Amino acid sequence: MQIARHWRQRTTRYRLEGQRNRHSGVVRFPPQPPALGEEPDLWEPVALSGRGEIYSFSVVRQAPEGYEALAPYPVALVRLAEGPLVTAQLTDCSEDELAIGQPVEVVTRRLLDTGEDGVLVYGYKFRPVLQ
Amino acid sequence: MMKPARPVGLIGYGLYIPRYRIAATEIARIWTDGQAGVPVEAKSVPGPDEDTITMAIEAARNALARAEVPPERLGAVWVGSESHPYSVKPSGTIVAEALGATPWVSAADWEFACKAGSEALTAAMALVGSGMQEYALAIGADTAQGRPGDALEYTASAGAAALVVGPAEEALATIDGTVSYVSDTPDFFRRADRPYPVHGNRFTGEPAYFQQIQSAGRRLLDELGRAPEEFTYAVFHQPNAKFPQAVARRLGFSDAQIAPGMLSPQIGNTYSGAALAGLCAILDVAQPGDTIFMTTYGSGAGSDAYALTVTERLIARRSRAPLTEVYLRRAVPVDYAIYARWRGKLVLG
Repeated sequence: MQIARHWRQRTTRYRLEGQRNRHSGVVRFPPQPPALGEEPDLWEPVALSGRGEIYSFSVVRQAPEGYEALAPYPVALVRLAEGPLVTAQLTDCSEDELAIGQPVEVVTRRLLDTGEDGVLVYGYKFRPVLQ
Repeated sequence: MMKPARPVGLIGYGLYIPRYRIAATEIARIWTDGQAGVPVEAKSVPGPDEDTITMAIEAARNALARAEVPPERLGAVWVGSESHPYSVKPSGTIVAEALGATPWVSAADWEFACKAGSEALTAAMALVGSGMQEYALAIGADTAQGRPGDALEYTASAGAAALVVGPAEEALATIDGTVSYVSDTPDFFRRADRPYPVHGNRFTGEPAYFQQIQSAGRRLLDELGRAPEEFTYAVFHQPNAKFPQAVARRLGFSDAQIAPGMLSPQIGNTYSGAALAGLCAILDVAQPGDTIFMTTYGSGAGSDAYALTVTERLIARRSRAPLTEVYLRRAVPVDYAIYARWRGKLVLG
């Protein structure tokens, strides 16, 4: 079951694919199925730029199962350029390099190793913009 | 000399180097009490969430940004590496999916020690040169492993380079010709399911790296009818700092010609990415009309040589993705303990 769950999210995780409302232009992330009674193609897929800024952040020191090897690692709420707020790990940075409002960009990294006989899960993280 | 019926060239190029470095003196501190000479200053170390696939993706995104080719127009996504995260399951499909190139694309993994990326490049030239596809992406990427304490541990590093091959009339650098030279040489190998490669002692160096590169390099120069000094730049596979300098001199190239593409002193041997990353660094500084001589090497063994000519399109495309300098500058040192933890060298009971 775990393989299917990860596979289903691949475009969201690999390409930061969200949805745009065909009428209002509002962008949302992550993608959701149509609400009850909503026209089925109201929301169209849209690839997000991956640019944004740190809205808030924290540091995980007691990591959940599967993430112990990364601890301590920062997580953030990132306000994307297109509007949505995304929760994600930050990478290629340490706690003292981070600040609210800091510009970040998306990268694709290994999120989780599900074990020697399991799949490797890849997906989005954010890092301070390269300069 | 191999040259496709339809002229081809590079439409885009991109490089990736991880942020972390371990100094060679730090490795020497652990194993030789700091007494031995070291083959490079430092090597790049992948972060705990990086592997061949993630590095290939970033290098490829940089290459596509420069090419301004929509990912769905790629006819091939080919990844050359000796450190694919899966033994069975292609890195190429994951990279292609991440780029947005799926589903109508050829995706595959190539293997030839440090020459896997250039195998993909030559095949990409053929795919585009035959007219079967307009664009093909060739990637060399590795997170190389060296046995703790082995000479290889000082240099086996991590990085990736990606090249978008397309029609010559759209190219930022045309590929004017290539040769491929191989022989069964047991200089370096890793058996299936073994974690670390080994050197075939007396076969390392002279009968391997030097013989193959010199053969391929001389043949290409002869067939082109050009002398080494007629090229603006040259780049060779870089297992350390000394070998590429020595082979350049033997072939008649100067230290100045190879200087911009010499990355190994700072980041070590990025294996499949090594010569291609050196080419990327040269493209960061080259001017229209400049010529580049590139020779790759893979243990086992073989060498591919290429001659390229830079066009005026390079100038506008260069700035659309981070330059090599940006990836070199962000270097953050780690000590041996962190390196051992991240690289899985600590076996917990």
